[in-house]
Amino acid sequence: MSQSLVTMSYIVATVLFIFSLSGLSNQETARRGNYYGMLGMAIAIIATALSASVTSYVVLIIALLIGGAIGVKAALKVEMTQMPELVAIMHSLVGMAAVLVGYANFMDSSLSLSGVEKNIHEVEIYVGILIGAVTFSGSVIAFGKLSERISGKPMLLPARHWLNLGLLVAAVFLGRLFLQQAEAGGGTFPLLLMTIIALAFGVHMVMAIGGADMPVVVSMLNSYSGWAAAATGFMLSNDLLIVTGALVGSSGAILSYIMCRAMNRNFISVIAGGFGTASGGEAAVIEGEVQPIDADETAQLLLTAKNIVIIPGYGMAVAQAQHTVNEITKLLRDKGKKVGFGIHPVAGRMPGHMNVLLAEAKVPYDIVYEMDEINEDWDHVDVSIVIGANDIVNPSALDDPNSPIAGMPVLECWKGETTIVLKRSMASGYAGVGNPLFVLENTRMLFGDANATMQAVLKALKG
Amino acid sequence: MKIGIPKEIHPGEKRVATTPEAAEQIIKLGFSVLIEKGAGLAANISDEAYKEVGVEIVANAKTLWKKADIVMKVRAPERHPELAVDEIDLLSKGGHLISFIWPAQNEELMQKLADKEATVLAMDSVPRMSRAQKLDALSSMANIAGYRAVIEAAQHFGRFFTGQITAAGKVPPAKVLVIGAGVAGLAAIGTAKSMGAIVRAFDTRPEVKEQIESMDAEFLLLDFKEEGAGTGGYAKTMSKEFIEAEMALFARQAMEVDIIITTALIPGKPAPKLITEGMVKSMKPGSIIVDLAAEQGGNCALTEKDEVVVKHGVTLIGYSNLPSRLANQSSQLYSTNLRHLLTELCPEKNGMLNVNMDDEVIRGTTVIKEGKITWPPPPPKLSAAPAPQTEAPAYESVKAQQKSIVPDSIKQFIPLIVGGLLLFGIGSVAPASFMSHFTVFVLACFIGYQVIWNVSASLHTPLMSVTNAISGIIVIGAVVQISTPGFVISVLAGLAILIASINIAGGFLVTRRMLEMFRK
Repeated sequence: MSQSLVTMSYIVATVLFIFSLSGLSNQETARRGNYYGMLGMAIAIIATALSASVTSYVVLIIALLIGGAIGVKAALKVEMTQMPELVAIMHSLVGMAAVLVGYANFMDSSLSLSGVEKNIHEVEIYVGILIGAVTFSGSVIAFGKLSERISGKPMLLPARHWLNLGLLVAAVFLGRLFLQQAEAGGGTFPLLLMTIIALAFGVHMVMAIGGADMPVVVSMLNSYSGWAAAATGFMLSNDLLIVTGALVGSSGAILSYIMCRAMNRNFISVIAGGFGTASGGEAAVIEGEVQPIDADETAQLLLTAKNIVIIPGYGMAVAQAQHTVNEITKLLRDKGKKVGFGIHPVAGRMPGHMNVLLAEAKVPYDIVYEMDEINEDWDHVDVSIVIGANDIVNPSALDDPNSPIAGMPVLECWKGETTIVLKRSMASGYAGVGNPLFVLENTRMLFGDANATMQAVLKALKG
Repeated sequence: MKIGIPKEIHPGEKRVATTPEAAEQIIKLGFSVLIEKGAGLAANISDEAYKEVGVEIVANAKTLWKKADIVMKVRAPERHPELAVDEIDLLSKGGHLISFIWPAQNEELMQKLADKEATVLAMDSVPRMSRAQKLDALSSMANIAGYRAVIEAAQHFGRFFTGQITAAGKVPPAKVLVIGAGVAGLAAIGTAKSMGAIVRAFDTRPEVKEQIESMDAEFLLLDFKEEGAGTGGYAKTMSKEFIEAEMALFARQAMEVDIIITTALIPGKPAPKLITEGMVKSMKPGSIIVDLAAEQGGNCALTEKDEVVVKHGVTLIGYSNLPSRLANQSSQLYSTNLRHLLTELCPEKNGMLNVNMDDEVIRGTTVIKEGKITWPPPPPKLSAAPAPQTEAPAYESVKAQQKSIVPDSIKQFIPLIVGGLLLFGIGSVAPASFMSHFTVFVLACFIGYQVIWNVSASLHTPLMSVTNAISGIIVIGAVVQISTPGFVISVLAGLAILIASINIAGGFLVTRRMLEMFRK
């Protein structure tokens, strides 16, 4: 295939990728968008494989098949609750691939560049490997935290900001060294050392971030994986890679921004890590007594209510309660009640996590509302049920300026008539903040495992 | 400890202090429960129902009072008509009594109980604070009284409550005026409203306006400024001018409405006279007045306690014990209140009473402790008063603003300036080939920015997985390199292909799986 044809195919692929992303603007076009993406990918791979520079088809096809098979298996097996882990591990793969491609390109002696072009090319290799390595190790740690192989608590080394700065300075210094040595055809050692430093940086960065900030981290790593691809594109002078990388990179960046805004925190402070450790003043101590309720009373309350809102949080995912919740929803809707779901942008461990879980349980998406849609309607809500959520329904975010989560927009369920909070025990949320919602007069606490209690409520509703 | 439930002996009292449901819970706290034979019959609860949950039936009152360590009643102790002894005399020395007592009105009773060295908890003295709401028997009884008041009115009222347009003609809805929007008043408003009447309500405390309007009733506004709320959420006596304005309002309303339900009470004082004889005369024939304050002398001048009388064509209902007329319901709520009190008194669930005078709720409820009169309790601490916010944070932010040397108008351009300089720097050294790629890169970033903002928030997870798949495009880089001579390069490139294709296949498939699940 001629170079022009390959380039033309790349343009087609690029356009298809853009369609694929813009398809996600609503549920109906999203499926078609996904097929566009697949088509674009197929065109890009085939066109590249048929281009003049590729001859070793055996290795290519074997590698594609093995990788593809693993991917298919993972995709079919994964539980929806494990989506954040899958996404995180897939980010690490992109990072890894970027590192490998970078090294391969570095060893490739067939390129003949000189002067500034050569320098720029080497910078591109260096930066590509750097971003790839950070993405790789950061995502592996994120995966570990999400799958609870590593503690979700932020690990805070003393002087961690200085440590980060030191690593950065070292990376820049090594970069200079690398450029000087590469001039003479060497440079392997600084490159390897930088890779190790980048890996360490990725580990340290994600280790310092608490569980509640995971949505930001996951989307940030998503962004990095895009930039890694873009850097590889520069390295190989491949526009398709640059465009795609830029698309993915900006997508992740926007998601990170949305998540940060939903927590009213700035990006730097999330990345710097250590959530809830440095609040201004003493947060107000929460006093009062909780009023427990049992499943039967909950069912009674639901039967008398007209307008019900369910607020799911990460606890629902942990307890796998979404199917029971859906059955309750169906039952109540059949009885003519208005049931809606209120989703906070950072509910769960990755952007949109709750939506996917509810979709899996076959909750119709048109009764699932975003925070801004539902926050105006609380006056009309008779009963709201908070399932395994804490910080996203914490009134002190709004009225206690000393609270670590002060200023974070929250679902203002306490403005409704009654709030039922499902909770395993009286522990505080990921942010380690007490929640005055629990002791409000119109709040009732339903203690126990979310799925078991929802089952009991369902039984009581039927019986 | 043993808890005894005697049969109520007050004439017309049908309630019972404990239902089988409550008894079951009380037994779980470690107590044993005894009940006098037939105690629940008037409230439609059979002895068998008690037996089923493990309550011991005791044949007569005397044995019951003797056996029980704690006696729980509805009414305050009085003279037993059959045994011809005072119930107090039946109470064992140093025993416990939980019931309505009304210590302010019953000084003699209090003295007698103190002489018995008894510990007495008065259900009418539960402090009005949010924590104690679940044991607030006054509220739960008032709620029933409010409901029953409307039912009594409906029984004597000769018309529908709801307006109807029938083939036989139009029926206007009944107009109900509720005076005093406490618990009883609000319950009456809700009941009358749900029966279809037009409801108006009046209260001296302006803060209840919202509650009245939330029940869809009309709040009658008095064009007069005076704060009507006393301590503890109760009303207080108003000034003369206010009362005059109020009376004028009632006089106007009396001519218009069909039913008046009065619930106005001031703690420890006779009920204020709000409806004069003249107002009764001005009402339409067939109108109803339900006077919930009959016990304390009545809000209406013509009310006769415990009687239904017709005067000037208006039916005046003066029943003083409306909760007893809904005996089953009120027994249920009262016994739940008692059960909550016992839960407070027995935190270890070992069946022993712990009258902890440091606990504000228990302190307030206990009127006699081991023979010592502890009533009235010290005034309760205000529970819900938030500490005033300090202005420190605002002050700090002002300071922070002063520190910043660069004015805001320039500040917002800083990123632009920095970006511009950066681009200029790159442009001054980079060769043409790099610049063309760079152009593509920047434009792609902008396309990405535009496209991603349109993605629906509910599809953020699919967005991440599809971008995951797409970033597998890095495979292209590996494919290009796989045929470059050199074994190591081939291995690296092959590995990269393998890894990236996991991403591609996995990412697209899992996205498809997710999107398939989104259904209307």
